[in-house]
Amino acid sequence: MAYKSARLMDRGVKGILLAAAFLAVAIVFTIGLFILRQALPAFSQIGVFRLLSGTEWRPSQSIFGLLPMILGSLLVTLGAIVMGVPLALGCAILMAEIAPRSITAVIRPAVQLLGGIPSVVFGLFGMRVLVPLIRQIPVPSNTGFSILAASIVLAVMILPTITTVSEDAIRAVSGDYRDASLALGATKWQTIVGVVLPAARSGIVASVVLGIGRALGETMAMIMVIGNSVIIPQPLNDNPLTILLSQARTLTGNIAVEIGYSSGLQTNALYATGVVLFLLTILINSLAHALVKERAI
Amino acid sequence: MSEETKLQTDNLDLYYNKFKALNHISVHIPANRITAVIGPSGCGKSTFLRAFNRMNELIPDVRVEGQVLLDGQDVFALDEVELRRRVGMVFQRPNPFPKSIYDNVAYGPRAHGIHNHQMLDAIVERSLRSAAIWDEVKDELGKSALRLSGGQQQRLCIARALAVEPEVILMDEPASALDPSATLRIEELMQQLKAEYTILIVTHNMQQAARASDYTAFFMMDDNRAGTLVEFGPTRQIFTNPRDHRTEDYISGRFG
Amino acid sequence: MTTVIHTVGQTRNTSGQVKSCSTSLAHVTSSQYLRDKSNLKSRKLTQQSAFALMWLAGSVAVAVLVAIVGYVVWLGAKVITPDFILQPPRGGMAGDGGISYTLLTTFYLVVLTVGIATPLGVAAATYLVEYAGAIRKHRRLWSRLIGIARLGVETLAGVPSIIFGLFGYALFVSALHFGFSLLSATLAGACLILPVIIRTTEEALRAVPNSYREGGLALGATKWQTIWGIVLPTAAPGIITSIVLSVGRVLGETAVFYVTLGGSYRMPTSIMSSGRTLALHVFYLATETHAFDKAMGTAAILVLAIILINLVINLLARRLNRMMKG
Ligand SMILES: Nc1ncnc2c1ncn2[C@@H]1O[C@H](COP(=O)(O)OP(=O)(O)OP(=O)(O)O)[C@@H](O)[C@H]1O
Ligand SMILES: [Mg+2]
Repeated sequence: MAYKSARLMDRGVKGILLAAAFLAVAIVFTIGLFILRQALPAFSQIGVFRLLSGTEWRPSQSIFGLLPMILGSLLVTLGAIVMGVPLALGCAILMAEIAPRSITAVIRPAVQLLGGIPSVVFGLFGMRVLVPLIRQIPVPSNTGFSILAASIVLAVMILPTITTVSEDAIRAVSGDYRDASLALGATKWQTIVGVVLPAARSGIVASVVLGIGRALGETMAMIMVIGNSVIIPQPLNDNPLTILLSQARTLTGNIAVEIGYSSGLQTNALYATGVVLFLLTILINSLAHALVKERAI
Repeated sequence: MSEETKLQTDNLDLYYNKFKALNHISVHIPANRITAVIGPSGCGKSTFLRAFNRMNELIPDVRVEGQVLLDGQDVFALDEVELRRRVGMVFQRPNPFPKSIYDNVAYGPRAHGIHNHQMLDAIVERSLRSAAIWDEVKDELGKSALRLSGGQQQRLCIARALAVEPEVILMDEPASALDPSATLRIEELMQQLKAEYTILIVTHNMQQAARASDYTAFFMMDDNRAGTLVEFGPTRQIFTNPRDHRTEDYISGRFG
Repeated sequence: MTTVIHTVGQTRNTSGQVKSCSTSLAHVTSSQYLRDKSNLKSRKLTQQSAFALMWLAGSVAVAVLVAIVGYVVWLGAKVITPDFILQPPRGGMAGDGGISYTLLTTFYLVVLTVGIATPLGVAAATYLVEYAGAIRKHRRLWSRLIGIARLGVETLAGVPSIIFGLFGYALFVSALHFGFSLLSATLAGACLILPVIIRTTEEALRAVPNSYREGGLALGATKWQTIWGIVLPTAAPGIITSIVLSVGRVLGETAVFYVTLGGSYRMPTSIMSSGRTLALHVFYLATETHAFDKAMGTAAILVLAIILINLVINLLARRLNRMMKG
C-alpha cells in the first residue's frame, strides 16, 4: 500500500516538475515572441533598412532612425573593451599564474564584489567623479557627459566578467604544459605567453565576447553619464580623438528613456530597438558558445 | 668509480613542507651512461629526478638541503632557466603542447632566442631524427601534435627536449603509458642517445631497467617514509649480485 | 651535433638577434646560440616588466573597487541617520525626507520576485537535471525539445535586463493593464531572475555525485523519494546560493523596474501601487532631483547590502566546498 502511494506520488511530482519546466520555458519564449510581435508594425511601417540606417530619431515628427544609437552603443563598447580587456586579462593572469595565494585571496573577492555593485552606483560615481573630471578637458562644448565617461564606467563594469571567466580558463590549462615549457628552460613569462594563454585562448576570447554582451546591455549607468543626446557621435573639434567627448545615446538608453512616455509608432520603434538589441546579444552569446566549444588546433 | 661524473648529490635532503621526502642521498651519476632509478611507489624517485633540474621549486613549500652538482657546479648557483636548458626532462604522460609538430620542437629554441627560419628548420629536423620519429612525421610537420599516437607523442617530447641541446635527459617513467612495442622503441632510442647525453630514467619495469640501463639506483622508504638510496651500482651487479638484501627482496619480488 | 647553417642574404628574423646576417652568419651554429646566455638577461627583464604590468592591473582593479565603495560609503555616511532610514521620502527638489517607504518597497519586491521565481526555477531545474536526462536515449523529439529549452534558458541568462523591462512593460504594464505597479515589476523581475535560478540550481544538482542517487534507489526508494530525501538536501547550499544571488540581482536592478514599477515615492499600499526600490531612488535622486547627498546615502545602504550578500554567498560556497570534499 505504502509502496503504491509512493509510486503515485512519484508520478504526480514528475508531472508537477514537468509543468514547471514547461512554464519556465514558455516564459522564455514568450519574452522573445512578444517583443517581436510588438516590433512588427515598426518594421513594416518604417522598414527594416530605414530603421537601422536612419540617422535621425525624432518621434514628434515620426522619424525613427536607429543609427545614432547603434553607433553610440558600438563606440561605448569599443572604448570599454580597449580599456577594460587589458586590465581584466592582467588581473586574470596575475591571479592564476603570478600572485601568491594570499594575494589572490584578496583580489578575487574584490573582483567578485565589483561584479555585484549595482549599475546605478557606478552611474552615480561616474556622474559625480568622472564627468566633472572630464569636463575639465578644455574643448568647446565639452559637457563631461560623454562616450569617454561611459566607456570608463563600462570598462570597470565588464572587468569582473572577463577576469572571472578567463581566470577559470587559464586555471583549466593542464599543468603538464607548464611543466614541459619550464623544463625546456623557458621563463615563466615565456611559458604564460607561449603555452598557457594559447591553450586558454578559446576561454579568454569567450570571456571578452561575454564582456561585450554585458557592455552592450548596460542601461542605467549609461543613461547617467553619456548625456543621451540623439546625435551621431562626432569629434568636437579637428582632433579626431575628441569624438570621445561627444555625447551619445545607447540602444538600451533609448528604450529606457522613452518607453514610459511613448505612444503609437514610437512604442513600436522602441520595441524594434529591443529586437535589434536582443538579436545582437544572441549573436554575441552564441559566438561565445561556439568559441568555448572550438578546440585548440 | 672510474667513470666521469656528470651529476652528483651530496647529502641531499628534500622536504615537502614538513614531510621529508628524500633523506641524505649521495650519489654520482656517470656521464654518457643510462642510469635507472628503481624502487617502490612513493619512495621519492620522481622527487629525486626533479632535484637535478630544480623542478621541485615549482611546488610551494619545498625545501632542499645538501648539494646537487652538475659537472661539479652547484645547480643552485646556476640560473634555473639556463640549468633547465642543460638538463632536459621527459615526463611520464606524453605532454606535447597543443601546437603543430614543428612548433612543439621549435618551442625551446625559440624560447632561447632563435628565430632564424633556416636554423629552426635544421634544429627541428635534427631533433626529430635523433628521436627516431622524423620518417613518420616529416610530411606533416604542420599537423597538431595531439593527433599523434601515444608512442609518437612521447618520442616527439624527447625530440622537443633534444632541440635545446641539453647535456642530461631526465626521464620519469617515459614508457609507462605506452604499449610494449612503443616501449621498445623508446629503449632503442635511449641506446642511441647515450653517446651524446647522460640519461637518468625512473622505471617501474624491472625488465626495462635490466635491459636498458648501465647503472641502477635502488630507492626505498625508511622508517619515517623518507626516500633513501639503498644501493647504487652497475646494473648487472645490482640485478645478479646485490649487496643489500632489501634490493634482492625487491627485485626478486618484482620479477617473480 | 652542431648544425652549420648557411644563410645567404636577408633572413626573416624578428628578434633582432641576428642583425648583420649577410655573410658573417654563415658559420653561426644553433649550438652556439643555445649555449650563449646573452639573451637570458633580456628574457628575465621582459618577464619582470610583464609581471610588473600584471601587478599594476591587479592593483588598479582593487583600487577602483576601494575608490567606488569608499567614495559612496564615505559621502553616504554623512546623511545616514536614524531619521534618514525611518522617515518617509517627501519628494521635492531637495529630495526631502528619508527612505523608509523605499526600503519597504524594496523589501516587498525582493520577497515577491524571489518567492515566485524560486519554486518555479528550482522545480524546472530539477526536472531538467533529474528527469530529462533519462529521456534522452529513446525519444528523439522530446530530447530535442529539452535541448531547445536549455538553449532558451541559456540565451535568456545573457540577455540585457532592459529587454526584460521591455517585455514587462509590453505585457504587464500595457497589455494586461497592470500599469506601473508592484505586480508588473514583480512579474518582470521574476522573469529576470528565473534563468539565474534555473542555471545555478542545475549546476548544484549536477554536482551531486551519482553514487548518492544510486544509493537511494538501491535502498528501494522511489525516484522522487531519492531526489527529495538525498539529492535536494545535498544540493541545498547551491540552491540557497542561487536564491541569495537573485536577491542581490533584484536589489541592484534598475532598468527593469524603471519601466515597470514607475517611480512614486509614496507608501505602497497594495500590489497595484507604484513605487521605488533603493536603486531606483538613487537614480531618480541623481538624475531628476540632483539631491546627490541623499543619493549617496541611499547608494551607500545599497552597497552595504550587496557586500553583506557577497559575504553570505562566500560562506555558502565554503560550506558547499567542505561538503563536497568531506
Ligand atoms: N607536491 C607534493 N607535495 C607533497 N608531497 C609530495 C608531493 N609530491 C610528492 N610528494 C610525496 O613525496 C613522496 C615521494 O614522491 P615521489 O612522487 O617522488 O615518489 P615516486 O617514487 O616517484 O612514486 P611513484 O613511483 O608512484 O611515481 C611521496 O610520499 C609523496 O606523497
Ligand atoms: Mg614518480
